[in-house]
Amino acid sequence: MGWMFLRDLLTGVNKYSTGIGRIWLAVVFIFRLLVYMVAAEHVWKDEQKEFECNIKQPGCENVCFDHFFPISQIRLWALQLIMVSTPSLLVVLHVAYREGREKRHRKKLYVSLGMMDGGLWYTYLISLIVKTGFEIGFLVLFYKLYDGFSVPYLMKCDLKPCPNTVDCFISKPTEKKIFILFLVITSCLCIVLNFIELSFLVLK
Amino acid sequence: MGDWSFLGEFLEEVHKHSTVIGKVWLTVLFIFRMLVLGAAAESSWGDEQADFQCDTIQPGCENVCYDQAFPISHIRYWVLQIIFVSTPSLVYMGHAMHTVRMQEKRKLREAERAKEVRGAGSYQYPVAEKAELSCWEEGNGRIVLQGTLLNTYVCSILIRTTMEVAFIVGQYLLYGIFLDTLHVCRRSPCPHPVNCYVSRPTEKNVFIVFMLAVGALSLLLSLAELYHLGWKKIRQRFAK
Repeated sequence: MGWMFLRDLLTGVNKYSTGIGRIWLAVVFIFRLLVYMVAAEHVWKDEQKEFECNIKQPGCENVCFDHFFPISQIRLWALQLIMVSTPSLLVVLHVAYREGREKRHRKKLYVSLGMMDGGLWYTYLISLIVKTGFEIGFLVLFYKLYDGFSVPYLMKCDLKPCPNTVDCFISKPTEKKIFILFLVITSCLCIVLNFIELSFLVLK
Repeated sequence: MGDWSFLGEFLEEVHKHSTVIGKVWLTVLFIFRMLVLGAAAESSWGDEQADFQCDTIQPGCENVCYDQAFPISHIRYWVLQIIFVSTPSLVYMGHAMHTVRMQEKRKLREAERAKEVRGAGSYQYPVAEKAELSCWEEGNGRIVLQGTLLNTYVCSILIRTTMEVAFIVGQYLLYGIFLDTLHVCRRSPCPHPVNCYVSRPTEKNVFIVFMLAVGALSLLLSLAELYHLGWKKIRQRFAK
């Protein structure tokens, strides 16, 4: 299960985070990763099989599905999770670099490896800014791609080889809407947490 | 159960620092809810849309009727219920760990000050790697909650109870108690009222009743814990 790898990586981040950083991690693990793995993935499981157009013309359904969903919402969610979690690894890398330096010079260079001073403070700040940038970027991308955050149950399609404007019906639109709303709310919560952490870091 | 390991690990920590009723509640959560959800209910709901059949060949009619009958599948609803009901305990855990860390820092500072006053000697202050919750006094082998931690614990149980009630009421408002075999659908593009048949209704009803019963049991345990803690607080106040 690929997500366990991400989970293990992020558990290492927990040691070098501030208090709010730990809250952010808990929110990401439980409300985003867990909900994705246990619930949301299954809602989109058979999305193309259950996508139905009121036409018998072969190929029309395929073309219409591809037009309405260039990338499936659930895959976008997964990409967002990965991109948003990885900047935290910069901090772990920096601490590992510090360890390496201490070993090479064979003396104590830093007061404490994990303490947020000097270079590590900048690394943490940069990772926060990149994280927030990714979150906002993905939300905007989502909004632009799917014309808002709602999922209609009926879409009209008139691409070739469909001979006329065809009614296409999406499966489980209400359930998909509920989970997309969940995604947006947790994303916004994470953005707020990042901003609070940023202000704490800068003002301290 | 593997997918639930994220939440499971967090809750293990809570398990160590709960009252007896809290531990029972957590065990009920793990076994009767997570395990049953993961193992049994998933296979019952696995083919819910594929086997949802409507008496029509109008394309799109089955899709919209399924969407009308099940705005959110029971399984996903129960997953959200478990997550929201567990969250207050995690908030309590976070607060407890934070309090402990603050106490440890304060102790360290006092020890350093004492060391300076006493002069440099061979005074070894043992720095605890994993801080123990010092608001828990283990006297006579029993665990005693006190102070602000008790308030946070009581708050977390109150919120948990509210969530539990909200989800049970929500399920009743969405689906009633039992699932009917037949759902009559009158939504466009269906040309007329259409009979739609739910797949495996009896098996689903068994699980619905089971999960409702476990939810009610969970609610009862939370209320019992509240009563127990409330009684303890009154006793503490009188002892002062």
